[in-house]
Amino acid sequence: MIPALIALPALAGVAAFTLKRDAVRRALLIGAAIGHGAMTASCWWRRPEPVASGWLALDAAGLLFLTLTSLLFLASAVYAAHYLRHEERGRRTDFKEGLLFSNAPEAVFTGCLLFFLSTMTLVCASRHLGLLWVAVEGTTLASAPLIYFHRHHRSLEATWKYLVICSVGIGLALLGTLCLAVAGAGSEGGPASMVIDDLIARGGTLQPDWLRLAFLLLLVGYGTKMGLAPLHTWLPDAHSESPSLVSALLSGAVLNCAFLAVLRSQQVLEAGGQGDLGRNLLMTFGLASMGLAGVFVLGQTDYKRMLAYSSVEHMGILALGVGIGGAGARGAMLHAVNHSLTKGVLFLVAGNILHLYRTKEVAGVRGLVRALPISGPLWIAGMLAVTGSPPFGPFLSEFTVLYGALEQGRSVVAALYLVFLAIVFVGMGQTVLRMSQGPLPEGGPAPAAGRPAGAAEPWTSAMVPAALALIVLMLGVYVPPALDAIVLEAAGLVGGR
Amino acid sequence: MTGWLDTLLVLIVLTNLKLLGTSRLGGCIRVVAAQGVLLGGLPLLAGGGLLAPRALLLAAAGVGLKGIVFPWLLLRALREAKVQREVQPYLGFTASMLIGAGVLGIGLWAGSRLPLPTAVRSSLLVPVALATMLTGLLVVVSRSKAITQVLGYLVFENGIYAFGVGIAPDAPVLVELGILLDVFVAVFVMGIMIFHINREFDDIDTERLSELRDWRPE
Amino acid sequence: MRTWTWLHPLIALAFAPLLGGLIARTKAVFAGRTGAPVLQPYFDLAKLFRKGAVYSRTTTTVFRAAPTVGLAAIIVATLVVPFGGAPALLAFPGDFLLVVGLLAIGRFATVIAALDTGSSFEGMGASREVQFAALAEPALFLSLAAAGLAAGGSSLSRMQAAASVESWLAAGPALPLIAAALIAVVLAENSRIPVDDPNTHLELTMIHEVMILDHGGPDLGLILYGAALKLWVMGALLVNIVLPFRAGDAWVDGGISLAGMVLLAVAIGTIESSMARLRLTRVPQLLVGAATLAALALVLVLR
Repeated sequence: MIPALIALPALAGVAAFTLKRDAVRRALLIGAAIGHGAMTASCWWRRPEPVASGWLALDAAGLLFLTLTSLLFLASAVYAAHYLRHEERGRRTDFKEGLLFSNAPEAVFTGCLLFFLSTMTLVCASRHLGLLWVAVEGTTLASAPLIYFHRHHRSLEATWKYLVICSVGIGLALLGTLCLAVAGAGSEGGPASMVIDDLIARGGTLQPDWLRLAFLLLLVGYGTKMGLAPLHTWLPDAHSESPSLVSALLSGAVLNCAFLAVLRSQQVLEAGGQGDLGRNLLMTFGLASMGLAGVFVLGQTDYKRMLAYSSVEHMGILALGVGIGGAGARGAMLHAVNHSLTKGVLFLVAGNILHLYRTKEVAGVRGLVRALPISGPLWIAGMLAVTGSPPFGPFLSEFTVLYGALEQGRSVVAALYLVFLAIVFVGMGQTVLRMSQGPLPEGGPAPAAGRPAGAAEPWTSAMVPAALALIVLMLGVYVPPALDAIVLEAAGLVGGR
Repeated sequence: MTGWLDTLLVLIVLTNLKLLGTSRLGGCIRVVAAQGVLLGGLPLLAGGGLLAPRALLLAAAGVGLKGIVFPWLLLRALREAKVQREVQPYLGFTASMLIGAGVLGIGLWAGSRLPLPTAVRSSLLVPVALATMLTGLLVVVSRSKAITQVLGYLVFENGIYAFGVGIAPDAPVLVELGILLDVFVAVFVMGIMIFHINREFDDIDTERLSELRDWRPE
Repeated sequence: MRTWTWLHPLIALAFAPLLGGLIARTKAVFAGRTGAPVLQPYFDLAKLFRKGAVYSRTTTTVFRAAPTVGLAAIIVATLVVPFGGAPALLAFPGDFLLVVGLLAIGRFATVIAALDTGSSFEGMGASREVQFAALAEPALFLSLAAAGLAAGGSSLSRMQAAASVESWLAAGPALPLIAAALIAVVLAENSRIPVDDPNTHLELTMIHEVMILDHGGPDLGLILYGAALKLWVMGALLVNIVLPFRAGDAWVDGGISLAGMVLLAVAIGTIESSMARLRLTRVPQLLVGAATLAALALVLVLR
């Protein structure tokens, strides 16, 4: 099962490069997404057996993140079909600076999307730390061409920064993996097994100094990919310059995969008896990310950058939750689910806004509720969800993290947490409400290609975020027992309850 | 055996210093290629037996990729970019070389501090690996041309590879090959990006890539 | 007392200008010319000593004393450097510091005389000379220190005695590094290409020549002879520390060392013929590189 999960998107990707007709390629994309989703769903029924002598297996956290990835990819694939059909061919004019540019070939885009899914699946399923590294670096390389879809100098800059910063950061993670191998070498002098289960079993024999050094390097390295401050500098540029569905995947899927890698490191650290160091570091990075995101969200002029900084904030919440432990870890796992889905909603809606209004500036968007009857309210609902308002899902998970902090008597942490959440709420709320209300700009928004001004919003592009939003709403009211069980089991991996 | 290994490591240090002091892009690429070839020989001398099949395979893959394929890719990217072929560093060459020597000192100090559980073949291996990593990072940070940033990344990965060969000589071949493959694809993608950067700006200076920022002076 | 202990200073005083002639002949061969006779430096010195001197009115006693002081310093240095497998006349532990100090005295005398003339060209040459010396001296110190550590004693004579094929193999890559650093320093200190062109006639590109522009007659003769001795001293340092061949017999060892000096002269001539002079901004990099190599050798020996 697991090899099939990895191989299906990879083979589809290869096929996408060779197909000539766009319609067939888009159908292949959706087909591969559906197939991947179906196989993932069957894993819930019956957990697949470990393969390749324990190198590939799905534990609770892996299954959880795999499901999120698969679901988000399916949503993006359906959205992509509509998006690609309406992207103009050949020379286009950039709306920001008026320069001419063109898009990347669709075959490259679709192929890289499928390779991206394949490498993310490999990250979720990998139990060998070396293989995990290869997979995380693979996600970086597969997603770089995706960011460079609109071929102009801003996206080129974003792609270059993404490539260099993430590659160097992940290189540090490789150094950490090697240090972990030294820590696990033990006194017998035999070759150290880098399979996580072996490392956890031999936790007592891990050399503490090397283990601590390894964790620090792994946290910094994978933290760069995850978007923890101050290593997040590539995130706003990459998320704002790439097409919206790619941003949704980057925020909702790849950041989670990097978080999974950090989780694995924390697991090994706990087994070695140094869990406190890990938790303190995670809490520090988490609070720093939330604080920094709050500062940059206030007064942000580009709404996609605002969403990117919101992702930094939520990654901070995830790190903070795991750092607090106990109920906090459970909140963090649930929050991963809620955040991915909500960010999916927000970015896809942002794509719709961009398509209609032809600007990424907040000041250029007014009267959203009137112009886009479905996406407008979704935009407001998404903002409420992502800033933690009931009745949406993130409220439950953020509350659980807060409960975990208070339960352990960490009042300073809890106070800072609430302050940062409030700052982001004010910042985002202000921006989103200003965009949504008010009259339409003079002359109306620029008509999108193929749609006369004033016509109703095409339901195909609004249907996908609406479906995701419904799931988020449901999760705020009722968490299915199967999901709850998986979340609890995943939290238990890092000592949560 | 130790003497040859020491000589190899000293040559690697010399390539680091040469990279910091070279001003011509073609020269920089060739220095990194030479370093790749030297590193290819490392598994033969530092790892298992001299002619173990695993060591031979890794050596062949390393030399092939780092000594031949990468320079070919990068030189091709350089040729396509008919740009000024001089490096323009933020940090002068003399200062870079002095910092490179300082970095070597740091590597030696750190290498003597780290308690190594398994016996490493040469006491120079860990310091040289650390120094190579830091040199790579220094090159990434202090040079502005895109190709030199790729070269810095390659040198950084070379240092990690040397560290891995010394510390964990029995890592599974699959993982080592996977890492090599990743680095290859990374260089490939970066080469393509450099081609696009050149097509966009007629220049591969990354100072042009500073448009995106949060606060603009009004 | 061994043969070469007292023979070496005599040989050095007699044959130092010959090195310059050999270098010039090598360059001529490379260029396809016949070139000047190998004994040309002797004819030049004889010509200069027959002439009278003209002194500028802005100069003082310093200007008149400097060539003598410089020559005296380098003659004393000749007594400290070993040759031919025999210890030097003035050998003692730490004598390599004395050699470096004497070379510095010579350099100081030249620089002071150049500044004494009050001319801007000489001042420019003096500043360049001192800047490059500031970078070359650490390289020299570090390489001699490394060689001393490798030999187990800090006397130059001890270093010479320790040089053998076994020590080369035992020290590993340290000795080639020392040799490379010393070659760079020899080229820099003796104003050879790639650091300085001895045949240039453009003042703005000179370093050493421009400092002695105002000297004439016997003074210039003393300075040129001192420069030749300096090349001999530094060459002897390099050859005797690096060459690992010792036969035990005084004449064979002496012959090997002399052959080494001739080889060094030819090598310098070859380097001069095959390279262009470095841009002035690149010379510090060369010297810093040499210092780094020497430092690396020191670390390797210390391990």
